[in-house]
Amino acid sequence: MRYLPLSEANRRDMLGVIGAKSVDELFRDLPAAALAKARIDLPKSASEIEVERALSAMAAKNLNCGQGPSFLGCGNYRHHTPASADYIIQRGEFLTAYTPYQPEISQGTLQAIFEFQSQVALITGMEVANASMYDGATACAEAVTMATRVTKRNKALLSGSLHPHYRDVTLTNAKFLDLDVEALPPDPMAVEDLLGRVDDTLACVVVQTPGFFGHLTDYAVLAKTCHAAGCLLVVCVTEPVSLGLITPPGHIGADIVVGEGQSLAGPACFGGPGVGLFATREKFLRQMPGRLAGETTDEDGRRGWVLTLSTREQHIRREKATSNICTNSGLIALAFSVHMTLLGEAGFTNLAQLNHATAVSLAEKLEAIKGVKVLPQTFFNEFALKLGKPAAGVADKLAAKGILGGVPASRFYPTFPELTDVLLVAATETNTPADLDAFAAALKEVLS
Amino acid sequence: MTKPTTASGNRGLQLEQGLIFEQDTPGATAVDLPALPHTRDRLGGMKNTKRIGLPGMSEPEVVRHYTRLSQKNYSIDSGFYPLGSCTMKHNPRLNEKMARLPGFADVHPFQPVSTIQGALELIDTTAHWLKALTGMPAVAMSPAAGAHGELCGLMCIKAAHIAKNQGNRTIVLVPESAHGTNPATAALCGYSVESIPANSEGRVDLAALKAALERSGSNVAAVMITNPNTCGLFERECIQVADMVHAAGAYFYMDGANFNAIVGRLRIGDLGVDAMHINLHKTFSTPHGGGGPGAGPTVLSAALAAFAPVPFVVHDAQGYSVEEQAGFGAAKDSFGRMKGYHGQFGVFVRALSYMLAMGSDGLKQASGDAVLNANYLMARLSTELTPAFPGPCMHECVFDDRFLKGTGVTTLDIAKALIDEGVHPPTMYFPLVVHGALLMEPTETESKATLDQFVDSLLHLARKAKAGGAEAEFKSAPQLSPRRRLDETKAARKPVLRWTPPAAGAASQAAE
Repeated sequence: MRYLPLSEANRRDMLGVIGAKSVDELFRDLPAAALAKARIDLPKSASEIEVERALSAMAAKNLNCGQGPSFLGCGNYRHHTPASADYIIQRGEFLTAYTPYQPEISQGTLQAIFEFQSQVALITGMEVANASMYDGATACAEAVTMATRVTKRNKALLSGSLHPHYRDVTLTNAKFLDLDVEALPPDPMAVEDLLGRVDDTLACVVVQTPGFFGHLTDYAVLAKTCHAAGCLLVVCVTEPVSLGLITPPGHIGADIVVGEGQSLAGPACFGGPGVGLFATREKFLRQMPGRLAGETTDEDGRRGWVLTLSTREQHIRREKATSNICTNSGLIALAFSVHMTLLGEAGFTNLAQLNHATAVSLAEKLEAIKGVKVLPQTFFNEFALKLGKPAAGVADKLAAKGILGGVPASRFYPTFPELTDVLLVAATETNTPADLDAFAAALKEVLS
Repeated sequence: MTKPTTASGNRGLQLEQGLIFEQDTPGATAVDLPALPHTRDRLGGMKNTKRIGLPGMSEPEVVRHYTRLSQKNYSIDSGFYPLGSCTMKHNPRLNEKMARLPGFADVHPFQPVSTIQGALELIDTTAHWLKALTGMPAVAMSPAAGAHGELCGLMCIKAAHIAKNQGNRTIVLVPESAHGTNPATAALCGYSVESIPANSEGRVDLAALKAALERSGSNVAAVMITNPNTCGLFERECIQVADMVHAAGAYFYMDGANFNAIVGRLRIGDLGVDAMHINLHKTFSTPHGGGGPGAGPTVLSAALAAFAPVPFVVHDAQGYSVEEQAGFGAAKDSFGRMKGYHGQFGVFVRALSYMLAMGSDGLKQASGDAVLNANYLMARLSTELTPAFPGPCMHECVFDDRFLKGTGVTTLDIAKALIDEGVHPPTMYFPLVVHGALLMEPTETESKATLDQFVDSLLHLARKAKAGGAEAEFKSAPQLSPRRRLDETKAARKPVLRWTPPAAGAASQAAE
């Protein structure tokens, strides 16, 4: 087997040094009854070419987004990944390193984390960011539990603009921790009243911008109202490219900003692995979950980085830790950071403008179709469409024409009949003018 | 030792590299984009008018920056990485190639189900392998890492107790040798933790466990045991443990962090286990990536399967579909969702690529070689070092610091001296039940020559420490790495966690 270096001669020699007759003898602590039962009915080892053949056949059964124009979003966006970004994360020194527990020989990972933390803090407008969480949804759930620690209150309110997966993961965590979390119904017209619900029993209010249905909402007044009640404002961002164009949540008063970094890190990969972004204010640092890299010096006085403030973490604090997270999303955070570095300020803002302009062009083409209405007044690169016909059937018919033309809202809200005809549509820099025309023509045909 | 000084601060191939923020060329970018179409703005009043503060660089500068950073990292590609309980095995590049097939990488989680039959088949096939290797009837695929899998298992357990009107069960028993995630996870599930001591053999003290179950049995929700445990030993009495736990009306959670020791030989379903997470980034060779991403699918017994989180794949005559909403259809008893989308799909591709390559025979050989390598290290190193427990060990061996007694040299010093020898130090000071522990896990992907070189280096250091007079030299190790020992106290006392523009730096530090 090509991954195993020991030869039979090695094994014999090593058993001799150990003083054992066979490898099986080394397993003598395993219960004999269980060993006798262990029949494992699986295929035998395979060559590289055979594995490649089997997996390629499976991959070929999918319609990939590059085969036809794709307009799918809902927290997972198709952007162009620069070739050098994917190259860098495949360097073995990054790919095959462990968590940087020995800082003297892990400065590459540590400096990259420090730069990642700095970039996330800058684009969210916050003071500090951690080294990443699993994904946006788990980061959102962690933000709510952090808010309950900061405020010593156990109630939270989730906006109907929040991604339904973020809502569900937060509700799952809340259920097991006996937190009182209320999730408002989906809010496709951005009319919910959050201000009227803020009171001094709430640990936090969680909103999302751009909202799940696309709206951009100014939450500055909500932030002030929350703060007056001693409550935190948590802002979720599922499309970080939007931060190249719209006011960062930190500047309107957010206390915790969480988000999903996938869209800048690489391809959708069927939704995982992503990278959870987590940023907050410096005064809440000690309640923050997750790893942190910090600056220091070595014995020769040279600048270097270490993992720090680990007394918050499970390997030190055990059941009193701020979270149980250990493995995070290091390599995807690196991919995010490399892409941000490649973009720089100019590239990041250009990319955001191109996304918005493409989405505006698409909205204009689609709202020209009879019976189709763009629901949000304002949006970044994604918006909800009201079709007047069941959206799931429309999406299937578009897919049959090779166009991945949006996600039906009913997939997330099966018990809300008023959302049956709502389709969520995103456009990015990967969509050409011809793609937009093809989508509009196909939608017109399917609806007629 | 004196080092030559250079004008640049570089030392041959060790190149100094500043932060990206210190290399800013305002307005520069390494990404050229197509021309911007003219459209009206539909942002309302939300357009940002302030500069963000991101540095600008060209593509060659960015590639060089990260290449230089990478060269300051130790990695499994470049050398021996015997980090105990972390299973730093070779990461086959075939896995990376497979994960980048457009049919896997470029598929969106919310495509119509008819267009993602291959993706669902991949999840279902990976699940099949995991069930067959563990002898368990069900697996929850969505947990993102080991600790997340632990949470999944405990959430299933809590849901099962509540369904039986046994919500009074609020205690989780955890051995004191456990990884910190076990108690942290129990707390996240709303449970209180009681610690079970280890016996002198490094295993769970069965009498203490029995006493704890007798004392608070009707309030015990679960017993969490790592097996093989963090002392590198198999819990011989695990079947009796399962029987005792079940007799008390509780569930048996097995932490599968060390599954690499037994994969292909023993099915944990034959031990009476109710739930176990599997770290795909350990046993199944997916890369650790400097701290993730991982994946922690959690196998479940028939008693817990109905409570598994959404989403899960369903396979019937019509093909594959996915159950996404808890409370409906096949997911009517599901405890809910714990991760966005469909879990760590890209990690599943890599793990399946590895499993198909290894096959049932290769996996059995792998666990055999992993255990052989660990016992070989233990046998050779025992001439100078002091093993914490008698062997045979499983896939890792642990030494205490008795061999350093009176030398002034500590476990940490030995670890740092190993860096100068060109190897990554073993896990230090864990498990907590072993004084000054050095926990070594060689894995099956190391050759005898690599192990011999490591043993020779470590024996040399042990002899040098014991001979006396080398304390100062040990304290100043490492000398030859990109950085020497870093001041962790300083980092924690005045945390600098991000770059700040020079002018704003003072204000930010005052806030702390």
